[in-house]
Amino acid sequence: MTQMLYYINIGTAFLLLIGMALLLARLLSGPTLYDRILAVNSFGTKTVLFLAVFALIIGRDDGVDIAILYALMNFIATIAVLKFFRYSALGISLDDDFIEDEDTVPKASEKKETPI
Amino acid sequence: MSGEFFHTAQMFIAGVLMIGGVFFVLAGAIGVIRMPDFYTRMHAAGVTDTLGAELILLGLIVQAGFSQTSIKLVFIAFFLFLTSPTATHAVVGAAWQSGLKPKLGKYKAPAPGERKPKPKPKAKRKAPAKTAKKAQAAKKPKAKT
Amino acid sequence: MIRSALILLVLLGAYWLALSGYLDNPVLLTVGAISVVLVVAMVMRMEIMDTETAPYFHGKSLGYFAWMFVQITKSNVEVVKAILSPDMEISPTMTKVPMPHSTDIGRVTFANSITLTPGTVAIEMQDDTILVHALLTSMTDQKAFAEMGERAAWAVSDPMSGNNIQHEGGK
Repeated sequence: MTQMLYYINIGTAFLLLIGMALLLARLLSGPTLYDRILAVNSFGTKTVLFLAVFALIIGRDDGVDIAILYALMNFIATIAVLKFFRYSALGISLDDDFIEDEDTVPKASEKKETPI
Repeated sequence: MSGEFFHTAQMFIAGVLMIGGVFFVLAGAIGVIRMPDFYTRMHAAGVTDTLGAELILLGLIVQAGFSQTSIKLVFIAFFLFLTSPTATHAVVGAAWQSGLKPKLGKYKAPAPGERKPKPKPKAKRKAPAKTAKKAQAAKKPKAKT
Repeated sequence: MIRSALILLVLLGAYWLALSGYLDNPVLLTVGAISVVLVVAMVMRMEIMDTETAPYFHGKSLGYFAWMFVQITKSNVEVVKAILSPDMEISPTMTKVPMPHSTDIGRVTFANSITLTPGTVAIEMQDDTILVHALLTSMTDQKAFAEMGERAAWAVSDPMSGNNIQHEGGK
């Protein structure tokens, strides 16, 4: 039974790789920027899963630590890319409700006290 | 005897969870390819991020038993559970703000025959008339400039 | 403020111990204590410490997670059916869902729950409504949204008193 589970793990890893390849196709062909960002985000989730499965397959628990790091980095990377494409800079405070103002790039100096 | 039984049951549950999870993950990836526009693709990606990922991680936790590895896996599941809807919301909010309009109303996937490119260019190529060729030759430089 | 800082201190310490796994190595314990104190000091200096910074869990939120898991499974099956059927008959719809929650964490929990359920995504939060994009028209049942909103409010003990939004804690 343990042997069986080992094969199931390996199959899971391979199928995850296939899913990642499909997402890569969407990443390369996505008509809009947001399709690509979505594909990258989903790709990152699958990478986390693959790392976790792979760590258990080879029997080294350190891989799970890498998966934790990747899960956190993936989220931060998505937000950073979105913020960069919206403001063309990363050092802008998002204290204000940045959804409110449509086209004006808020400056760090003009902060409002009450959001929403 | 009973220990062996528990071990077998544990492995069985883990296998079922992993197979179910990988099914949802693959279905989500196929959906990301097949769906017609960005807003619907996002739903397909959401399938992967919620149930598929959680099921696979749950299967791994059951496999690992009670150990430090399973604690770490619980952390991963918790982070994904919190961050994936937030990231989805951030992407869709940015797309909505940039003015990307969703396609609304009923949609049906085209039948396999219709999905192929329409035979118009073929007809053009087949047409042996000189005028058509000349017209194409005249068009080419225009298209290049 | 001090209470949230203490909660954060305990949680971060437990997190360090769980990830490192070495309970008897004095060097690692010292380094961990230093980094935990440093992080809490940085959070207090950045003035982003409020009731949401220190996450809290109790029986209510666990019950809510269990209920959410059932909902997620249900709607997942529907979405996967729509994806894998050869015709792929979908009917994307947009609706506005009223959001009577009065605290920030209640609003966030409700909107995140809508996004977490496959097939519905919260696009934008207006004053007291959420703009929702749904994959199938059958998923835009206002009663189901209202039930989810009530349960979310119950899980984070939100009074649901309507428009007057109170911002908890903070600066």
